[in-house]
Amino acid sequence: MKSICFCFEVHQPFRFRKYRFFDIGNDHYYYDDYTNETYMHNIAEQCYLPANNVLLELIKKYKGTFKISFSITGAAIEQFSMYAPKVLESFKKLAKTGQVEFLSETYSHSLASIKNEELFAEQIKKHDDLIKEYFDVTPVFFKNTELIYNDRIGEFIATLGFRGMLTEGAKHILGWKSPDFLYCNVRNPRLKILLRNISLSDDLAYRFSNKDWNKYPLTAEKFVEWMTAEKKSEIINLFINYDSFWKRQPESSGIFDFLKKLPEVSLNSGKLKFATPSEVIDEYQPVSSVHVPNTISWADEERDLSAWLGNEMQDEAFNKLYALSDKMKMVKDKDMIRDWNYLQTSDHFYYMCTKVFSDGEIHDLFNPYESPYEAFINYMNILSDFTLRLDKFIPESNAEKIKNLEKLLEEKNKEIYNYTKKIEG
Amino acid sequence: MKVLMFGWEFPPHISGGLGTACYGLTKGLSQIGNVNVLFVVPKAYGDEDHSGISLMGANNVPINIKELYFPKSDKSINYIEVGSNLIPYVGEEEYLNLSEKKITDSNNPLKIKDGKFNFSGTYNNDLFDEIYKYSLVAKVIAKNNSFDIIHAHDWLTFPAGIAAKRISGKPLVIHVHATEFDRSGGKVNPRVFNIEKEGMKMADHIIAVSNLTRNIIIKKYGINPDKVSTVYNAVEPLNKTAKTKLKKGVSEKIVTFLGRITMQKGPEYFLEAASMVLKKMNGVRFVMAGSGDMMNAMVKRAAELKIADKIHFTGFLKGDEVTDMLHMSDVLVMPSVSEPFGIVPLEAMQSNVPVIISYQSGVSEVVKYALKVNFWNTTEMADAIYGLLNYPSIWRLIKREGKEEVDNLLWENSARNVREIYLKVLKKEQDNLPVKNKL
Repeated sequence: MKSICFCFEVHQPFRFRKYRFFDIGNDHYYYDDYTNETYMHNIAEQCYLPANNVLLELIKKYKGTFKISFSITGAAIEQFSMYAPKVLESFKKLAKTGQVEFLSETYSHSLASIKNEELFAEQIKKHDDLIKEYFDVTPVFFKNTELIYNDRIGEFIATLGFRGMLTEGAKHILGWKSPDFLYCNVRNPRLKILLRNISLSDDLAYRFSNKDWNKYPLTAEKFVEWMTAEKKSEIINLFINYDSFWKRQPESSGIFDFLKKLPEVSLNSGKLKFATPSEVIDEYQPVSSVHVPNTISWADEERDLSAWLGNEMQDEAFNKLYALSDKMKMVKDKDMIRDWNYLQTSDHFYYMCTKVFSDGEIHDLFNPYESPYEAFINYMNILSDFTLRLDKFIPESNAEKIKNLEKLLEEKNKEIYNYTKKIEG
Repeated sequence: MKVLMFGWEFPPHISGGLGTACYGLTKGLSQIGNVNVLFVVPKAYGDEDHSGISLMGANNVPINIKELYFPKSDKSINYIEVGSNLIPYVGEEEYLNLSEKKITDSNNPLKIKDGKFNFSGTYNNDLFDEIYKYSLVAKVIAKNNSFDIIHAHDWLTFPAGIAAKRISGKPLVIHVHATEFDRSGGKVNPRVFNIEKEGMKMADHIIAVSNLTRNIIIKKYGINPDKVSTVYNAVEPLNKTAKTKLKKGVSEKIVTFLGRITMQKGPEYFLEAASMVLKKMNGVRFVMAGSGDMMNAMVKRAAELKIADKIHFTGFLKGDEVTDMLHMSDVLVMPSVSEPFGIVPLEAMQSNVPVIISYQSGVSEVVKYALKVNFWNTTEMADAIYGLLNYPSIWRLIKREGKEEVDNLLWENSARNVREIYLKVLKKEQDNLPVKNKL
């Protein structure tokens, strides 16, 4: 019996308003409430609510045999409670069925995992506390922002007590291997790794309504046939962005009819069942470890970090932001902490991507900016203001101390750099 | 294929974008092969050598046949200079101002010295008269030369192109670098509009320098979209030997506006943005380089905004001075209200200067590594200036990638597109001939 692991990512960033340089030092409110609220209303009406209803009905209908999981970010939950409490209620209903697993995430969908482990752990806890608060469950399975993963991140996640983690079944890490088995982290085999089946996931998320696709139209029967085609494989991880049921596959595409049909056809095949990630890691044995020395993600053709980092603007913004980490430790102010979290949301760096010029495909989702330059300047204006505010929170004597330590650190870094250079030759 | 081209200005006397574009395109055409251009330019003789001049036509128009050599490609073309007071860019009103000035100012290079110039003698200050006479000369030239296709640049030469078409029966391609709607800012001169429209109607095909211009041609002149193609301008590679003569005398950063100070170019938006930036930061100066009918108003506005100490007006800059100015600049802003193409940002990008351009410019359709704003949105413009000056990564990125991008915009490519259009027009011509004439 093969397990289908059906997971959805639900995330909404707090989009920033147009923040001009002359606002720096004068106005400390950064959010575009109107856009955030309008966008949330639209997506709630057209995607979250109807899709949740369909899933809820299916769960009831197939009593205990249809299971799904969600990875909902803290930023999304906060916006539900601000703008669309109905959505929150509907997720609560799903939670109550006991057939839905909520995965762990970072609170603000941040990139902290590649920069600062302490912050990373903090944000995971903040997220999981929120999930506990609203859905009364504590996540045990981790899914990082945008499926970002490497061996070190996996090892660290294991130390936090998680038993499994989901990442991208990227071809360049798998080679000849199939994503449809259970794997484990290479440094700590206790951490089980699930890999997204790219092709089947994207059939649903991207190709479903594409009339030029040679497999169009996709029926539940066809899809089940594909899922069962490979006899030996054990797990199929379908991980898709929940928004796909709106922008790319609107209701008119027949996606909901497809979803309604899928459990029946799958279960009737006698070869498939539905399972949540934590059930899967209990049931199956890892076939091997997966070796990921370089960071992967599910973005673009490259499946790396280049959608968020790499061009000079992204790097400057990212480094200047995280340079504030130590100072932020001393701050207890609620507004400051809120802004600090939402400044870290990965979407802001995504908007600054200049690859858009060549790689438009995944970047076609809602972007409030006309250009990566506009996104960058807006972000930096806000960050400048935030930095000024932060300095006011730090006592003079401490600021001086930190400055000296920073200087020392910089000098040491230079030294290390020089020595490394010498060693390398 | 031989092309009779009615164009504008050749080196060393190039005063602006139109002449630069004509020169670049002609050079590009000479490089791609299979195209020979016979180039006709209006020229008001002032201080030049008159030895090669011959007279032509009923008006005793001086004509000077010359050869222009393109050093790099080892090619040359023949070109004909026709004595005429036509100069590009001017509208009727501006032309009147210029010609009135001529009477009082004996040093004006536009002045005609030796009286050979028949229509300057009985000069009646009428631009349209001049255009008409130019078309008469065009007729004579068309009669005495053989060619396959006619190509005319901008409205002043449209009547010449039409005349040449009438007498030779060869197809006419017109090239629109700007329309009256761009130049006048809405106060369209009906006579100019009519000449433009007549040219577009008579043309077998129309080349627009951007989709922006193409849309104006289709919408405002009611031309069939199938007849209008967009061919983007390119830019001549930088002359590497050109050296900066001037050194920047101040330590501050410099933000530059470079172009005619006229309504079309949106100088007032530059000033408003400058004043916002200056309220927030020190260490920056603004330069308005160029001249034009709005210059005095701009000086006054700068004083009103109390930024006169931080904004500098240079007046009109010549070739080398433009290079110097660009070398001194940290950011170039082109806030044009209506810019069919706009070559200045490309020149700035070549000189490693990041640019901010308005969406209302054709060049914004071509370049990616530039900041783009709506000309009226001065806060956004100010924000872009501030961002480039204060956040080093974006400045470096745009500078480096912009340079790379602009270095790949070659006139040869534009010329290839133009040649395609020639071939299409000639083929259509061929197809339309009665069967017996085809052979």
